[in-house]
Amino acid sequence: MTKEDIKKVVLDIISEIAPDEDLSNVQPGVRLREQLDLDSMDFLDIVMELRKKHGIEVPEEDYQQLASLDSCADYLTPKFTGVGA
Amino acid sequence: MDVSEGGNLYDTIVIGCGMAGLAAGIRLAMFGQRVMILEKHNAPGGLNSFYFQGGRKFDVGLHAVTNFVEGGRGTPLGTLLRQLRLPWDAFKLCPQIGSRIAFPGMDLRFNNSIETLESEVARVFPKDIDAFRKLRKVILEHDALNLESKVQSAREIVGRIIQNPLLQDMLFCPLMYYGSARERDMDFDQFATLWKAIFEEGFARPLEGVRVIIRALLERYRSLGGTRRMKCGVKRILAKNETAHGVELETGEVLEAKQVISTAGWAETKLLCGSQRTDPDILENTGSLSFGETISFLDTKPAELGCGETIIFFNDSDQFHYGKAENPFDLRSGVICFPNNYDYGRSGDLPEGILRVTGIASYDHWTRFNADSYEAQKRNWFPRIIKSAIRFLPGIDWETIEKRTVYQDMFTPRTIEKFTSHLGGAVYGAPRKAKDGRTELSNVFLAGTDQGFLGIVGAMLSGISIANKHVLMSGR
Ligand SMILES: Cc1cc2nc3c(=O)[nH]c(=O)nc-3n(C[C@H](O)[C@H](O)[C@H](O)COP(=O)(O)OP(=O)(O)OC[C@H]3O[C@@H](n4cnc5c(N)ncnc54)[C@H](O)[C@@H]3O)c2cc1C
Repeated sequence: MTKEDIKKVVLDIISEIAPDEDLSNVQPGVRLREQLDLDSMDFLDIVMELRKKHGIEVPEEDYQQLASLDSCADYLTPKFTGVGA
Repeated sequence: MDVSEGGNLYDTIVIGCGMAGLAAGIRLAMFGQRVMILEKHNAPGGLNSFYFQGGRKFDVGLHAVTNFVEGGRGTPLGTLLRQLRLPWDAFKLCPQIGSRIAFPGMDLRFNNSIETLESEVARVFPKDIDAFRKLRKVILEHDALNLESKVQSAREIVGRIIQNPLLQDMLFCPLMYYGSARERDMDFDQFATLWKAIFEEGFARPLEGVRVIIRALLERYRSLGGTRRMKCGVKRILAKNETAHGVELETGEVLEAKQVISTAGWAETKLLCGSQRTDPDILENTGSLSFGETISFLDTKPAELGCGETIIFFNDSDQFHYGKAENPFDLRSGVICFPNNYDYGRSGDLPEGILRVTGIASYDHWTRFNADSYEAQKRNWFPRIIKSAIRFLPGIDWETIEKRTVYQDMFTPRTIEKFTSHLGGAVYGAPRKAKDGRTELSNVFLAGTDQGFLGIVGAMLSGISIANKHVLMSGR
């Protein structure tokens, strides 16, 4: 999976957990929380969906790595490669 | 752990199919857990259930769904809908018309916009308006949802900011009635949560009552593959080495699970783990506040009788007394609700007028009466309760209510205990809450009433928070 694919995966998850958010203009380098109305419970759901859909584990101490789309892509790339997805 | 032969191994068993249990169940089922909700009663909903009688639909609890904000993102209601992945209109909530706090010769009106209350305080208590604003600021800055925070006295904190004891009491009255398990005082977290839920956000109701909410939750739970069994009381939580491995039902059947979330209450759950009702810690942490309510169906709409308000919190004394009742019913204060007086808009209207009057009632008295005298006492107290309430409804008298009533019902602390198993009929549960949801067993967690988030919205949020914190986040 490319970094762009992974960003798409994360955006798809966000669109599921927060269907009322407008995702058409999310800046990859900017923190998601600054652009969208997401709280810590929503981030938990991103983590849970990554586990459910892609078998990827994100330990609690790494939640902050999911702050922006770019940091998601950087952090998740080796994990996606690891599970052969 | 071995998978038992009947395939009875669940990831999580949830005790109780009320608001908290259903919300917890949905969260866990959403992420692939095998969940089983076990409920003693035959109907779902717990303290906020519904029933049919005399061809009419009754709500057990519902006066108002609190925390209502139109399209309220980032509010408790918005958060819980998102967490359960329910659409914004899933509960079909319609806003209140307007409510009032009524003390002798003094009224504070409020509605779903805090400015109304603020201007009422400025009108009635001009000297205290700055203190009111200051208190409001402190509350808005307070993080009341922190599961690890310490208990603080709300009376002390509020008393330091607002000097006028009458204004203090008027503000405490609705908040205590809608969620204090403690007599005379509240935990400040609880106070702040209820302040936001009632004053900053507000009241709403689905036209068809609480069943709309319960139906939405049940549907969601079922669509995620969650299972439940009704009329299925849990007799014991089975544990070895401080770890639960399942439950034994009243029928003797055993169901195994990796963890248990109990919404039965703090003491009630301890009893399931082997404590005795006479143990000192059980006695000390059993709630002593219970309530009774009269429900009158009228052949006319309350507005036609001059009653256009939604909810009226009343008190007739110099001081507001919120504590264990010394008589079967404490007539000094109470809550009047007219479920008709919501802005149902195009959803329609309720077919009949409804008047509900709730007050503090004595568990000891109502459980001591034998079957005959229990019915006689209900008949005796019914008119007294309504007469006490209508002192705060100018223009309406007892004769009119009596003439217009086509059907009536009344519940007491005895009813509450029977249908929800809360010890002492304590609607708001134990005075000391277990905010972090932990119990003496490493994998048994409390949610709902005795975790500390109360009311319909609170209970659902509690179920969500406990499922998140102790099961999903810890990867159980
Ligand atoms: C009269 C009344 C009026 C109310 N009015 C309002 C209102 O207007 N607005 C509002 O927001 N809130 C109101 N409330 C409060 C609100 O109903 C509760 O705070 C909320 O429903 C609590 O939900 P819960 O899931 O925590 O607990 P519960 O609803 O008590 O759920 C616990 C469930 O566990 C079951 N159970 C217990 N023991 C066992 C066992 N051993 N085995 C199996 N099952 C068991 C019980 O039967 C029950 O169904 C009212 C409550 C009452 C009683």
